[in-house]
Amino acid sequence: MNDNQQIVHTVKEQLRPPIERIPVFRWLKENLFSSWLNVILTVVSTALIVTVVFGLLKWALGARWEVIPANLKLLLVGTYPVEYLWRVWTTGYMIAFLLGFSGGSHGGLMRRVSTTAALISIVLAVLPFPWGTRGWLVGIAVAAAVGFGLGYLGKGIRWCKRLEIAAWILSFPISLVLLNGVGGILPVIGRRTTWGFLLNLIGAVVGIGLSFPIGVLLALGRRSELPAVRWVCTAYIEIIRGVPLISLLFMASIMLQLLLPANIRPDLLIRAMMTVTAFSAAYMAENVRGGLQAIPRGQYEAASAVGLNKALITILIILPQALRLVIPAIVGQFISLFMDTTLFGFIAILELLNITRSIMGNIEWRGTIFELYVFIGIVFWILCYSMSYISRRMEKTLGVGER
Amino acid sequence: MSVTSNEGIIIYRDVHKWYGDFHALRGITFTMQKGEVIVICGPSGSGKSTCIRTINRLEEHQRGQIIVDGVELTNDLRNIDTIRREVGMVFQQFNLFPHLRVLQNVALAPFWVLKMKKSKAEEIAIQLLERVGIPEQAQKYPAQLSGGQQQRVAIARALAMTPKIMLFDEPTSALDPEMIKEVLDVMKELARSGMTMIVVTHEMGFAREVANRIVFFDFGQLIEENTPEEFFHNPQHERTKLFLSQILDY
Repeated sequence: MNDNQQIVHTVKEQLRPPIERIPVFRWLKENLFSSWLNVILTVVSTALIVTVVFGLLKWALGARWEVIPANLKLLLVGTYPVEYLWRVWTTGYMIAFLLGFSGGSHGGLMRRVSTTAALISIVLAVLPFPWGTRGWLVGIAVAAAVGFGLGYLGKGIRWCKRLEIAAWILSFPISLVLLNGVGGILPVIGRRTTWGFLLNLIGAVVGIGLSFPIGVLLALGRRSELPAVRWVCTAYIEIIRGVPLISLLFMASIMLQLLLPANIRPDLLIRAMMTVTAFSAAYMAENVRGGLQAIPRGQYEAASAVGLNKALITILIILPQALRLVIPAIVGQFISLFMDTTLFGFIAILELLNITRSIMGNIEWRGTIFELYVFIGIVFWILCYSMSYISRRMEKTLGVGER
Repeated sequence: MSVTSNEGIIIYRDVHKWYGDFHALRGITFTMQKGEVIVICGPSGSGKSTCIRTINRLEEHQRGQIIVDGVELTNDLRNIDTIRREVGMVFQQFNLFPHLRVLQNVALAPFWVLKMKKSKAEEIAIQLLERVGIPEQAQKYPAQLSGGQQQRVAIARALAMTPKIMLFDEPTSALDPEMIKEVLDVMKELARSGMTMIVVTHEMGFAREVANRIVFFDFGQLIEENTPEEFFHNPQHERTKLFLSQILDY
């Protein structure tokens, strides 16, 4: 030990790496104006960019943006009855509360997500919405804050953790019941109304929530040792992946109608969601299978050697590692599923995109096509970007201790 | 199914194993007593790893009989489960679970397989980490440890099931030279405590010091078995002499 310490003292001091600073002028010359061809390319592309940006700005300043606030309710929740809008808000409160609770008890990513959600609702409340709407918006932040406080107090308590998981799982059916209603207690909304963007959201959440577990089971089934299970899963995956979603949706909307008697025919909305789920599950399965294949054989061997059975090996050792590897692919699938909900419009379910078209059909708002599409683009972008941001953060936090 | 065990804790009778057409084990017969430490050596591809991997059925043998602690290895899953609980294994590549902390790596099997309480399983895990000399690493992930430390965790993980037999499949072959000793020291301590051990290794110093018997494999056959003294100073078989001259006279 003493010898070692003496040796350490003779080691040279660690130096900082040299910092290279390139002057702006030299950088420009090296990267943009290094040859005649580059000079021409730089000038032309700058001119192009300026023209496009200028044109965009000019359009944006002169655009009739008032079409958005005037039709905001229609875009977001369609013709959802005004007297029942509290049900939508309550759902929002529940989710804000749960987000806050998780943020308070876990910190890290969940905390960031919950505070961001609360901040966004406060920012929105500052915008010139009707006072009622503003009140509801502030309520979202309040619900998140209350959840945060409770979660913070319950940090590290075991039953709090269990309650949190149970609440999250229960929140899905509760949301659906709240939004759509149940016979006898809450008036059923169903297809009497159009749902607008709310439908895209519900479709995505239901699709993601169901297609993920189904996809994992399919992936495991495809690698099963039982030939029958393997063949069924493989056939399902390959058939679904070979057909475009839009034709599956048409089949669900028209063919089922012909095949099934009217009294057991599920609602068109439910059929559409089932179709998207079934479609997405096949892709999910292949993503998960990619992860499963990346797990080295030594992991199975080590787990068998300590006496774990096959089910435990899969749940405790293989899946946690495999899923972590394919987070980017899975979230990519979530995002495309969310986008795919706009295809509902083709089978006569009025989601955001259709509503836009009906607004444009209104004489008062004729010619507002760009404004509406830009708005839709922004709404989708915000949600999809959030998903991909969360996935990147998850990769980082879960990557702790990775090989 | 049960066979009288007074004749040895591990019994191999004419065991054969094929990989496709390749005849990997060609009639292995030997008996091992409780408390013995056997070192298996031989050139690579000689079937030594395959042989010890048939003991806990990571590989299946196709002919002959393997009896571990009175239980014959067949396709009966219950027998395989019983034997895996009694046989611990340490691998060349450590094969720790990278997504679990060191403590969880060790406590996992007692909790899920032996159905111990979590607190009890973790207490045992801490004791074992102390035994292999790295209790301070309990909350780290495997990737944050050196190779030697990881292999010691792997030994603790195997010991957590309180096995009757420990198998070591080239436990030091993937280690930097500086870390080999810390792992061999743990194995020596284990041998002195009376553990029944089969060790596949090229560490002849370890074999000389710790083994009761050395077994030499080539071409899927057991060529020679002897005490270390006899094995090194008076090898019987020409192939053994050649092997020893190649690894010792360097």
